[in-house]
Amino acid sequence: MAERATFRLKTGLAEMLKGGVIMDVVDAEQAKIAEESGACAVMALERVPADIRADGGVARMSNPAMIKAIQETVTIPVMAKARIGHFAEAQVLQSLEVDYIDESEVLTPADESNHIEKLAFEVPFVCGATDLGEALRRIGEGAAMIRSKGEAGTGNIVEAVRHMRSITSGIRQLGSAPTETLAAAAKELRSPLDVVQEVAEHGRLPVPLFCAGGIATPADAALMMQLGAEGNFVGSGIFKSEDPERRARAIVEATTHFEDPERVAQASMALGEAMPGLEIEALAADGGLLQTRGS
Amino acid sequence: MPALRIGVLAIQGDFAAHQTMLAGLGAEAVAVRSPAELLELDGLVIPGGESTTISKGMARDGLDEAVRALSEAGTPVMGSCAGMIVCDREHLGLADYRCRRNAFGRQLQSFERDLLVEGLGDEPIRAVFIRAPWVEQHGPSVEVLAEVDGHPVAVRDANVLSVAFHAELTDDSRLHAYFMALCTTGMSSASRPGMPGASRGMPWAGA
Repeated sequence: MAERATFRLKTGLAEMLKGGVIMDVVDAEQAKIAEESGACAVMALERVPADIRADGGVARMSNPAMIKAIQETVTIPVMAKARIGHFAEAQVLQSLEVDYIDESEVLTPADESNHIEKLAFEVPFVCGATDLGEALRRIGEGAAMIRSKGEAGTGNIVEAVRHMRSITSGIRQLGSAPTETLAAAAKELRSPLDVVQEVAEHGRLPVPLFCAGGIATPADAALMMQLGAEGNFVGSGIFKSEDPERRARAIVEATTHFEDPERVAQASMALGEAMPGLEIEALAADGGLLQTRGS
Repeated sequence: MPALRIGVLAIQGDFAAHQTMLAGLGAEAVAVRSPAELLELDGLVIPGGESTTISKGMARDGLDEAVRALSEAGTPVMGSCAGMIVCDREHLGLADYRCRRNAFGRQLQSFERDLLVEGLGDEPIRAVFIRAPWVEQHGPSVEVLAEVDGHPVAVRDANVLSVAFHAELTDDSRLHAYFMALCTTGMSSASRPGMPGASRGMPWAGA
């Protein structure tokens, strides 16, 4: 009589996170700060993206002991990252009973061709996307939540803006497309036809759409909400800034009051320094873009 | 008759789903992010989300005191999941019960099932429980409308209706219709029949 792990339950948790901020944390102490600052969930990972970028090497799933310590410290949902295609890491995270798995380009991909078969899991997944086709492929694999990829660890919002605009304009195009053109659209988007039809019918994704990758300020958070994000992930932007607790509170406030510039202005005062930013072009020239992983 | 004007607290959570449900029933469903937006409401929904995030945001924005005053003045309030927690004794104190948070467990234990809810007719509703609470303890004024495994998951205390599950994620609008009927009955709680404790004071709410 009672059913578990239905698609409605998977997307349902993401529905409950809307209007909120999901913060990257690397230990229980940061998780506590995030919760007290108003985070609606935390993302447990070994190093924030800015450090992964700086350190180089292979970035993997977090240490299970650290995840357990975070689960014991906070009552809000705990998410954790698995490498793209690394279904054994996802199995481990599911056995730890994390609330959501992020199959993430921020970690070093484990499979160059295949993503995790997310429909086979009971735990829900969130995946990154740079455009509508990528989002719909992930949903076809079973993702219950989509986030922009942006360019993690840069403190530069430009890529998240590009991805969010690309996804929302793609949705608008499908919404006005004649039904007889949808098969061709699915082919062009390299996406499953049934998901394409669903987006065309309802004029939105069948799962919540969040922003991730580059948010460093309250105004960044407000910008992404106005561009159509239903909530924000913030990675390095909080714990790589001068005063993480205050900045976390400010980004939470700006995510709620994104349509009220006076509130965003107020939230932006006396925050200390934001995280250092990186130019995307210089990164691209070095082959350092994370967003191109697992498209 | 003019449409009912129902506020949906929009600090964080699935407020948009509640707005869609209420609008589908003919209400004017307004997002509430500040005390000024509570004026002239016939009812208020506190949605699902994260109860810590919602509580902190309400305190930050002065909505805790304002919502207490609204409820004390007799305006019906419906809490769903996190909203049920926010209404309890240990948070806003709008109703005489205490919740156990995440009582059913983490996301892997989230479930949906058919549930008979008193007042919603003989057909069960599809109740969606996501990291849901239950009512751990309650006073005599609280009427239990539904239980799961002996734990209250739908309760009513005078003008406060609280459920641990999400009806707004289904197509079944009976719970919202029931709440709107409460809002229609008017501001005078004494005029509503069958409500134990409707006219008694709430000593914890005024402090």
